[in-house]
Amino acid sequence: MKFVKLADRNMKELYRDPVSMLLGLVMPLVMLLLFNSINRRQPLEMFSPQHLTPGVVIFGLAFTVMFSAMMLSRDKKNAFLIRLFTTPLKAGDYIVAYMLPFLPFALMQTVVVFAVGAFLGAVYQNLLFAALVILLTALICSSLGMILGSLLTENQVAGAGSLLVTMIGLFCGAWMDLHMVGGIFEKIGYAIPFAHAVDVSRAALNGIAFAEYSPSFYIVLIYAVVLFVLAILAFRHAMKRP
Amino acid sequence: MSRNEYAIQTRDLTKDFGSRRAVNAINIGIRKGEIFSLLGTNGAGKTTTLKMLSCLIAPGSGTAELLGRDILASPQKVKEIIGVSPQETAVTGHLTARENLLLMGGVFGLPNEVSRRRAEELMELMGLEKRNDQTRRLSGGLQRRLSIAMAMMSDPQILFLDEPTLGLDPAARKTVWDYIEKLKGEKTILLTTHYLEEADTLSDHIAIIHEGGIIAQGTPRELKEHHSALKTVRVLCEDIPAGCAEELRGNDMQVTVKTNELIMKTPAPDIYRIIGVLKKHAVTIRGINWEEPTLDEVFLKLTGGEVTA
Ligand SMILES: Nc1ncnc2c1ncn2[C@@H]1O[C@H](COP(=O)(O)OP(=O)(O)O)[C@@H](O)[C@H]1O
Ligand SMILES: [Mg+2]
Repeated sequence: MKFVKLADRNMKELYRDPVSMLLGLVMPLVMLLLFNSINRRQPLEMFSPQHLTPGVVIFGLAFTVMFSAMMLSRDKKNAFLIRLFTTPLKAGDYIVAYMLPFLPFALMQTVVVFAVGAFLGAVYQNLLFAALVILLTALICSSLGMILGSLLTENQVAGAGSLLVTMIGLFCGAWMDLHMVGGIFEKIGYAIPFAHAVDVSRAALNGIAFAEYSPSFYIVLIYAVVLFVLAILAFRHAMKRP
Repeated sequence: MSRNEYAIQTRDLTKDFGSRRAVNAINIGIRKGEIFSLLGTNGAGKTTTLKMLSCLIAPGSGTAELLGRDILASPQKVKEIIGVSPQETAVTGHLTARENLLLMGGVFGLPNEVSRRRAEELMELMGLEKRNDQTRRLSGGLQRRLSIAMAMMSDPQILFLDEPTLGLDPAARKTVWDYIEKLKGEKTILLTTHYLEEADTLSDHIAIIHEGGIIAQGTPRELKEHHSALKTVRVLCEDIPAGCAEELRGNDMQVTVKTNELIMKTPAPDIYRIIGVLKKHAVTIRGINWEEPTLDEVFLKLTGGEVTA
């Protein structure tokens, strides 16, 4: 249970730096309110709270990539991780301790965005299933963070992380229907898991039967498993050459 | 001496980085409870040696045993008995000093009660007890002291201190060295330093490492004797005639004349002869100072370089 202590430290390290946390919370809300006010002027199904909320939640999770990658690469840089590597902690302890702290944050983001969405008029049906997909997406994001943080330096993370967050924002299909955009956008969007996650959570919240969106769900699931395994491998690699 | 009196024994410990050999077939034996210093210039291979011994990086060849635990065969068991203070200050900035210490207690699996008590002790010892702010707001010197204290949290049998006093002001350095001295006999301590004078007074044994290899080892006294460093006699005096210095010179004796001071360096100074010559030249002697050879001289002679961090 030694990982609990490290997870606790990572939690404190994260939550005592409220500026970045605030960004992860405020940005999705700003987007939600922005598109909602466009929707008020010019009603569009695309920008209705019902349609928008799930996409905004998935977009918000993308910030986790940045936070977790930054934390890990910073610990590498200032030798804190080296210090930990000389203690009896095992690889598994680190993986759990560096991923767990982002779950409460993801949960908080999700609850806040859903609450604001509901306030604006969204109605949620299969909330439990949507929560499952959101959890898998959170796992995808913190795995991506682990991978970047393990392999890159702090400066590289700042660049690669922002690029990835922007990519996810563009290609998750929260603000536009990728099928309508078509072409390369559609191809890229549906090659990565985020648009699938948005589709699944939208469908679930609209009470659509699982069979209709199961392929997208399995794609998200497979991505979550594969990226988690890759995160473990990347971290083990970092452990071998501190 | 039987083998099990050694806490640390290395066998041809070697590490290459690419084509560069950082550590070259090092063999050292460190007895239980002694303080052993590894001295060397920048890039000599000190940190790399410590990293191999603390299972951070695998040796290219050779191995080492720490209290009978092999670094290659059972790194996990080695990690249970060592405390490491890395060369860099390794603290976590958003936690207080106490939280940093408790974290170390936690990852070593100390019971909370024990952990809290040890944290209090160490904070008092290192002058951190009144600090409740986050570590990132502490001065560099305090962070450094905390970083060292963190290595001691688990009350390890073996302590590795990589340049522990680097960047500390003289008073803080003294605090750290006093504490290390207190641990003498209880813990086996391997440290690297470039403060030769302090290594001289504290260490039971010293190894000088140069370009990855050990070029000399022994007690501080042995090192100074075997490497025939020069002893220095300083005479404070007035009115030194030219002939006086001439007469003193020769026979292994180097003589430097300064205003009101004669400095003589020789392996075995004959103080009676020196006084005799000075008397003959009617020199007024104000004082005589005798200096043992310093480790600096041994070090300079062996490595041909200045000591740097
Ligand atoms: N990770 C590394 N990759 C490549 N070379 C390294 C690495 N670490 C150390 N070295 C090289 O190995 C040599 C010994 O370094 P180090 O053990 O840090 O010396 P010291 O601690 O005595 O100053 C140096 O030449 C250094 O440049
Ligand atoms: Mg070093």
